[in-house]
Amino acid sequence: MSILVYIEAINGNFKKAAYELCNYGCKLAESMSTQCIALTNADSSVAQKLSNYGADKIVNFSHEALHDSKMMTKLISDFAKANDASVVILADNSRGKSLLGRIATRMDGSVVSSVTTLPDLTNQFAVDKSLFSGKSVGTFQMVSNFKIISVSRNSIGVQEISKPSNVETFDASSYSSDVSLVETTRVQGTVPLPEAELVVSAGRGMKGPENWGIIEELAETLGATTACSRPVSDSGWRPHHEHVGQTGIAIKPNLYIAIGISGAIQHLAGVNNSKTIVVINKDSEAPFFKAADYGVVADLFDVVPRLNESLKKFKEG
Amino acid sequence: MNLLVCISKTPETTAKISFNADSTEFNTEGIQYIMNPYDEWYALVRAIELQEAMGGKVVVINVGPAENDIVIRKALAIGADEAIRIDGEAKSASYVAKQIAEYAKDKSFDMILLGKESIDYNGSLVGAMIAEYLDLPFLSYASKMKLEGNEATVTCDIEGGVEVLKLQIPFVVSASKGMAEQRIPNMRGIMMSKKKPLEVIGPVDFSAKEQITKYQLPAEKSGVRLIDPQDMDELVRLLHEEAKVI
Repeated sequence: MSILVYIEAINGNFKKAAYELCNYGCKLAESMSTQCIALTNADSSVAQKLSNYGADKIVNFSHEALHDSKMMTKLISDFAKANDASVVILADNSRGKSLLGRIATRMDGSVVSSVTTLPDLTNQFAVDKSLFSGKSVGTFQMVSNFKIISVSRNSIGVQEISKPSNVETFDASSYSSDVSLVETTRVQGTVPLPEAELVVSAGRGMKGPENWGIIEELAETLGATTACSRPVSDSGWRPHHEHVGQTGIAIKPNLYIAIGISGAIQHLAGVNNSKTIVVINKDSEAPFFKAADYGVVADLFDVVPRLNESLKKFKEG
Repeated sequence: MNLLVCISKTPETTAKISFNADSTEFNTEGIQYIMNPYDEWYALVRAIELQEAMGGKVVVINVGPAENDIVIRKALAIGADEAIRIDGEAKSASYVAKQIAEYAKDKSFDMILLGKESIDYNGSLVGAMIAEYLDLPFLSYASKMKLEGNEATVTCDIEGGVEVLKLQIPFVVSASKGMAEQRIPNMRGIMMSKKKPLEVIGPVDFSAKEQITKYQLPAEKSGVRLIDPQDMDELVRLLHEEAKVI
């Protein structure tokens, strides 16, 4: 028996989430007295890093078509069978989601996405998952012998666990794809929203797109990523990919600063898992204050530039 | 172009979520239901746009009880041509996917579309499962799709960016924001929707392999601490020393 973690390197390297995934597999394997196998597309020198995060065995492979869910489902399922894996663990991103249901169907297993806890082995492998876009949590029992989950970011954190493992290579050349990749574009410079630890977000209180300068300056001082509410992206004030909330991106950063956002239930759903929430709004009755850790009741155009100055002073100090 | 759009029924976005006394069931009392926004705004509207441009038909499919017909009629009012309801209880993603795959397997649809996830269970599983049952390619989180002849060029959201993929129909695709613009049904659409066919068929046997045993609400905040707007140094100090986030 084994636990299989599929870890994708992005632009050849691992992000923090990759190590957390490896940690998760390692901890589960330890509690089930078995080994954690990490399967990755990274080069051997990069793949070797997983030995510092709890992988008992590291296997790498090379293939052009990681984007092809049909092919990757075959590859991962074959590998899982060959290594007698009873649990497969994937990242909880769009790639993981394109594979999760497929592999579950192919392997006739139990499946839960966006898992936030380690399985409770005393309760039918029960795991927690956020539901209703963060408005609730559900506990799922997984009853099949084969199980597959995607693990939500920042669920168990990252710690170093050294194992004396070496990288083996798996020949994936027999897998062919009929989906071709034309191009990949990644946002340069800033940390993408789903993985941002610090987020500065603004809403209709900004009055218009021409006023976003103070938001961008604050984000720059903090090293934060900018986000917005749905009315703002729907009005075209900000790009769609900045929209956080129930019908946008659900995020859980360490710090979420909400500026001029009233805090409608749909918006809160996407951000209420943030560790610390700061709300700046001139309306003291804004519902967002009920979900906030710190609140400032003031005109944002007055207070945001002064918060920026205070932060600059702090950073320099 | 024969297009199948999978639609699900979800509580509306402002619904307050609560559970029964022993927290084993979602409390449906007083909850208003809508078509899952990702299915409606993006998957359904894009399918209708393709049908308008290339001919053919748009079939919507839902797994659920007769109460769902109101949501299905809305899809017909927006512009779908026909509807299928599989009269089963949508108790898990795998159950729903199995029912839809059974229906679709001998119908040779050119494309099967659905939203990137439902806003209730946020599983993002059904599309991938249908694709595996039917042995079709599956693209997730598509924010743009062009079709020329039998070749589709699809832009998919990936971590921190997008990737553009090319493939031949048929395939399964899940839609995210950007794929299309929401359409409001007009009076003519609503009138016509009453005459469009809505076929009800029975489900096939399938037992789910996972079950929800308990629900809970997220931990509540202990209460907001208000900061003097004149003292932003204090807010910075608290974020550093108390919250330890900067």
